Amino acid sequence: MLRREGLSKLTGRERYVDDLPVDDVLWGATVRSPEPRGRIAEIRYSPTVDWSEFVIVDHTDIPGRNAVYLIEYDQPALAPGYVRHVHEPVLLLAHPSREAVRRAAREVEVIVEPDPPVLDFRIDPGPPLVQYGVDNVLKRLSILKGDVERALSAAPIVVEGVYETGAQEHVYLETQGMLAYLDGDVLVIKGSMQCPYYVLKALKPALDRTEAGIRVIQTPTGGGFGGKEEFPSMVALHAGLLALKSGRPVKLIYDRPEDMVATTKRHPSRIRHRTGVDEDGRLLAQDIEVVMDGGAYVTLTPVVLSRSMIHAAGPYSCDNVRILGRAMFTNSVPFGAFRGFGNPQAHFALERHMDVIAHTLGMDPAELRRINLIRDGQTTATGQVIRDGVDRIRNLDRALELSGVERRRREHWLFNAEHRYLRRGIGMAAFYHGAGFTGRGEVMLDSRVQVEGRADGRAEVLCASVEMGQGQITAFVQLAAARLHYDPDDILIAEPDTQRVPDSGPTVGSRTVMVVGRLVERACDDLRRRLGLGEGLGGDELKRAIADWHASHPGERLLGSARYEPPPGIAWDEEHYRGDAYGAFGWAAQVAEVEVDLRTYEVQVRDFVSVQDVGTVINPTLARGQVQGGVAQGISWALLEHCAFQNGALANGQLTNYLIPTSADLPPIRVEFSEVPYEHGAQGAKGIGELPLVGSAPAVLNAVAVAVGRQPTEIPLTPERLMALLDDPVPPAKRRESDL
Amino acid sequence: MSNEQRDRLPISFTLNDQPMRVEIDPAERLLDVLRYRLGLTGTKEGCAEGECGACTVLLDGLPVDSCLVPAYQVRGRRVETVESLDAESLATYHASGATQCGACTPGVVMTASWIVRHPEVLGRGSVRELMAGNLCRCTGYDGIIEGIEDAIPDRGGA
Repeated sequence: MLRREGLSKLTGRERYVDDLPVDDVLWGATVRSPEPRGRIAEIRYSPTVDWSEFVIVDHTDIPGRNAVYLIEYDQPALAPGYVRHVHEPVLLLAHPSREAVRRAAREVEVIVEPDPPVLDFRIDPGPPLVQYGVDNVLKRLSILKGDVERALSAAPIVVEGVYETGAQEHVYLETQGMLAYLDGDVLVIKGSMQCPYYVLKALKPALDRTEAGIRVIQTPTGGGFGGKEEFPSMVALHAGLLALKSGRPVKLIYDRPEDMVATTKRHPSRIRHRTGVDEDGRLLAQDIEVVMDGGAYVTLTPVVLSRSMIHAAGPYSCDNVRILGRAMFTNSVPFGAFRGFGNPQAHFALERHMDVIAHTLGMDPAELRRINLIRDGQTTATGQVIRDGVDRIRNLDRALELSGVERRRREHWLFNAEHRYLRRGIGMAAFYHGAGFTGRGEVMLDSRVQVEGRADGRAEVLCASVEMGQGQITAFVQLAAARLHYDPDDILIAEPDTQRVPDSGPTVGSRTVMVVGRLVERACDDLRRRLGLGEGLGGDELKRAIADWHASHPGERLLGSARYEPPPGIAWDEEHYRGDAYGAFGWAAQVAEVEVDLRTYEVQVRDFVSVQDVGTVINPTLARGQVQGGVAQGISWALLEHCAFQNGALANGQLTNYLIPTSADLPPIRVEFSEVPYEHGAQGAKGIGELPLVGSAPAVLNAVAVAVGRQPTEIPLTPERLMALLDDPVPPAKRRESDL
Repeated sequence: MSNEQRDRLPISFTLNDQPMRVEIDPAERLLDVLRYRLGLTGTKEGCAEGECGACTVLLDGLPVDSCLVPAYQVRGRRVETVESLDAESLATYHASGATQCGACTPGVVMTASWIVRHPEVLGRGSVRELMAGNLCRCTGYDGIIEGIEDAIPDRGGA
């Protein structure tokens, strides 16, 4: 099936929040802190502006609790006199002219008496720098399996390594934006978001309103990647405050620089590995320390750390594992959700380290992985027994075969011998990603979905999952149509509107098709059951039954519904981080081929192969697009996307100097699926959205390591960093045609 | 504010094959005139500095970033926006998965339509190279490139 809203997007008819025509609208703007930490001493309004034209909101205008609530109440909606990161919101302005409000925002000066900031998460802070708890640790976790110390001291070979990853900006092409207005007593929020019910949850305590007093509606969302998981709650709250104070509709639309400097990014990390192996390459002990930069407020950091640590030992079987982790407070813009949610950091370190181990042992890195990849019946670091029928070794071998690794290695050897400045190499990564919320998370979410049989016989899916490009609408149309034996045109998907759809949880964590899609199927079954129809019945028979029901129940609604039920046999010990962390894992192997130019230190990815087991593929075109897009983000995180922080603020907050790849920077990304159905996912599907990104950076860096014969440990591997790594560059010699 | 008092400037140009007359602020960008004065919101702002191509329109048949074009410069010229494209001409992009979130899409299809109308430009570079002025964060570009190649007459397109 083609993408349901595809033509609407291709013809430009799709209306995003900034495209909505609104009468009498005011435009909002945000005045932000210029300092990373300190007391707000004064706010100066330039006399060149007639401030009587403006609506001005500060923290005293917040009717409820001054916080953007998700996990903790620590992050103020507007700084109440003290700031903890550069670009922290201090004041809000609104004016009928979009240009005037943006100019005016620059005419307000926030004077801060600075206190010393914490800017490096890797250094333990001294007492004057402690701003969270007793040691700035936002969250500390540990995972223990077997006896690591004993196994390490008994191991014949111990390989150590420290790996670092930088922040990453989402660069969804549609910036953050919200529209807020009053409809009678109800505050309506419309905008770009992944999680309508998170916005509702944040607005209730801050605006001191009940659920009935706030209506959150998602508008078509131009990309999210995690960047519209928690941050939209802030934008919505700001737009809402301006609308409440002015009594007029307010649009608050970030421009690109504001979006880049002020919103969340991927957590920077430093991960240390100490691994015991025997001469054959068998993993005997994995001792891992994960440290993350959480930024100035808690946001989702504890959960990101958790997912990172659960995956840190990788898709390998090892009897002795110790994973210790902590996330640190810093006076930096808060780090938050980003596709992969901590797992890309974990797998960058792990899969780079696996190649370092192979290099140390003089082994083929593929063979090292084959020996250690989890077989059915073996356990992960948390002790979860994997028994899903996926052949992880075959998937790795298939990726290698598709890449032509044997032939390529011979060709590269000749190529590298012939060329003075160009070096080619091939690298791989094996990896996995748990789909859905961790542990009992899905139980706590208690997601619900409804399917309504409408008087005209069509069926409408009511849920809070959103379309942000990933294909949720199309997938749900397909799932419902298949379940009800309907033509896809007879399936409607409701606009996500908190006053109309039930809470089916956030659109995150690769959970939409697997978890919520399964609820769509069960709600379809329930609809049929309410009409007394047996399983397997549908199509015209169902349509007639729905029409008959409406004839005998005028004015009533016919709703099938489903509520989340955990798969049987899943047990998770939250206190000790033991047991079944996820209902299902997606598994993948990827192979990258690169060419390094030793003159410019540029790395070009020449070929990329991705073999993914995501269970049943619901829509091949959309699934392929998810993998290709995820790989592209992983490649560019590895090579291009450098967040340059100065005094805790992003110094390169423009697309001119923060690079994301163009079409010319990427190779064709070749995708193959191995489809082992997961019995508790919709039609056998597992999560897909995050997995492909997880193993892209290490595959690329492993290829670079082969090409240049050094071991890079830090991403992004910018030309400057590669130059520093190759401190002994190939001396310049006579230029050859073949190098050009 | 003083800038609001500036004289309005009436301009005439051809917009999507129709004559158009509109009063603008002399400092206005073509992007804002299209979006906020004429209600043609298909054209998107992605970066406002000519990096992303989301605001691409055709000016006298050539792709330009409308965020970088002062609106007065289109006087007497021909502007085509995404609203001028019909669904039929977009079928190959639909089939290949060229659109995901859709925010870059209007710009992408405008550049693409220039390539498809002038396949001779492929002598200057591949589709992959010619599309490098339009950033897409969702697709990894393969779906876009496939859709364009399928739309080019000599390459299996109609």
